[in-house]
Amino acid sequence: MNAQAKSLVQIRDLYKRFSISGDFLDQLKFRGGKLVREQQHVHAINGVNLDVQRGEALCVVGESGCGKSTIARTVMGLLKPSAGSISYGGERIDHLSDRQILPYRRKMQMIFQNPYASLNPRMTIAQTLEEPVRFHNPKASATEVRDKVHEVMQSVGIDPSWGKRFSHEFSGGQRQRISIARALAVDPEFIVADEPISALDVSIQAQVLNLMMDAQESRNLTYLFITHDLSVVEHFGTRVAVMYLGSLCELAPTKALFATPRHPYSQALLSAIPRLEDGRPAHIRLQGEVSTPVNLPSGCVFHGRCPHANERCSREIPTLIATSEGGQVACHAVQEGRF
Amino acid sequence: MALLEVNNLEVRFGLRSGEVTALRDINFSLERGERLGVVGESGAGKSVLGFSILNLLSKPGYIAGGEILFEGQNLAAMSPKQLRSIRGNRISMIFQDPMMTLNPVLTIGQQMVECLLAHRRISRTDARRIAVQKLKQVQIPSPETRIDQYPHELSGGMRQRIVIAIGLLMDPDIIIADEPTTALDVTIQAEIMDLMLDLCERNSVALMLITHDLGIVSQMTRQAMVMYAGRIIEQGPTKEIINDAQHPYTQGLMNALPQMALPGQRLNQIRGSMPPLQNIPTGCAFNPRCDYVMDACRHELPGFTRSGGCRVACHMVAQMKLEEEAAARALEVN
Repeated sequence: MNAQAKSLVQIRDLYKRFSISGDFLDQLKFRGGKLVREQQHVHAINGVNLDVQRGEALCVVGESGCGKSTIARTVMGLLKPSAGSISYGGERIDHLSDRQILPYRRKMQMIFQNPYASLNPRMTIAQTLEEPVRFHNPKASATEVRDKVHEVMQSVGIDPSWGKRFSHEFSGGQRQRISIARALAVDPEFIVADEPISALDVSIQAQVLNLMMDAQESRNLTYLFITHDLSVVEHFGTRVAVMYLGSLCELAPTKALFATPRHPYSQALLSAIPRLEDGRPAHIRLQGEVSTPVNLPSGCVFHGRCPHANERCSREIPTLIATSEGGQVACHAVQEGRF
Repeated sequence: MALLEVNNLEVRFGLRSGEVTALRDINFSLERGERLGVVGESGAGKSVLGFSILNLLSKPGYIAGGEILFEGQNLAAMSPKQLRSIRGNRISMIFQDPMMTLNPVLTIGQQMVECLLAHRRISRTDARRIAVQKLKQVQIPSPETRIDQYPHELSGGMRQRIVIAIGLLMDPDIIIADEPTTALDVTIQAEIMDLMLDLCERNSVALMLITHDLGIVSQMTRQAMVMYAGRIIEQGPTKEIINDAQHPYTQGLMNALPQMALPGQRLNQIRGSMPPLQNIPTGCAFNPRCDYVMDACRHELPGFTRSGGCRVACHMVAQMKLEEEAAARALEVN
């Protein structure tokens, strides 16, 4: 019960498939003189279980195509899961209608990767920020709305007198602050951030990360932070979930993961970070390429590139087991103590 | 004589709203087999620099002054025909996005053979043989079949390796790589970097690596220069710049990296952002963002000061050096 109360968002056995076969007529094919219907799917997420605890910053890392953004969008309800459930504060939210989900939308907000695409170019900043406040508080007076917008603009370091400007008049870093302000405008408790700093320069990244950490402290926020940049994770995350091809490889407290990564993929990923060190990088070389999520490998999704894979890995899908460092890892080799 | 020597290069863009200077006072040289990193944030002019070396600037950009000496010949003053014999042949370039660089309607082989036939008088069969051999060098599995595939049939990392193979086709003296791994995942990035290091070392090719990632520069290069608003502000051995940066901007850039802060603590940020080229502040371009700004910074363009093996364009560093020298002289007198 205690664990239930602590976790804000629960993801249970989540699956998400996307059809890539086009519409009905495109799916019809002639095979051996017969008309058959064929469908191909991208298996973006395959049976992920994840809890986001209240007050933490849970980082999801992985390479492109591993399904990390799909998780973010499914949690927000922007995509419907193919199977499995998502609960918020103990209530299931994945099957709610648009009207029923409204109260949750107010508590959950999202920050997108590209601040050039996520702000409406035809709206002034004030309009952009007022809209969510009005929408979620229809009874609020004009002064209340304006005060709220002022407050969030100030809290992200944007001068409230710039409200009449359009988004193209701002730099990338300022735009990302405005997106953060828009998310904060309805006083959410949970924020999903999908690569919020990947499009920004190093010196601007630091500004935005600082802002997000300040907001977390002052507003008691919970983050689900999606990124491919591991050095950011080391700094920002409470816990880290490493994903590969739609499956969770390892889930561990940040310190434990960076000190002793257990899963072979986590180890390779960590060793590939370009560090400020002299000499040649000593990274772990992975064989082969990432397989496609269209034809998933049998067994462990990583076995084709894993240096420790054996016959069992190609047959049986590993389940998450608890490690001594307080994390969880899905690997037969770790379980059997083979390395 | 250095392999490549750039003297007082100035690049401008003639815009409708007026002339804009994108690069000024660029001076550096590149020796055979040397690896030079060019670091800066977006808008610093690092990509423009890469383009202007091969005179690939498209209108409205043009080289307004200075010279680019490649083995003593000035590339900035060459005719298009002369330039064509150097581009891709003696100096080749690798761009950020391999999907944009490769022609989607030609097979890998067609693109490689085309390049070889343009520069060398050899038969088609020989050209194909060389192409397969280069693909082998960049560790493409089963190159004989891959060579007849189209770019869309390959993964991102494989495509970038093909681009590198094309870059190496003519055994160039210099490779200019403009953010070669920015579009790739970290594990693939590490592989590509390894490969490039290896190839450059083995064939003693000079590498000019343009990137925003200080980690990559520290691992890949021996010399580095940091750019800000169209100027070089610090240049010297990479080790010195990474371990003991002198310019406040370089220091700020290093300290802003999450690796440099304790987990959970605030990062050291540089306030503000890079100025647009149309309105670069007078004096030192960095002065509105600098924590150590002095009066001179606002009016006077800083010249270069020697500091260890580096050259730094900063009034504060210059003043500190003067004071150090004065103190040393005072000691000697006593």
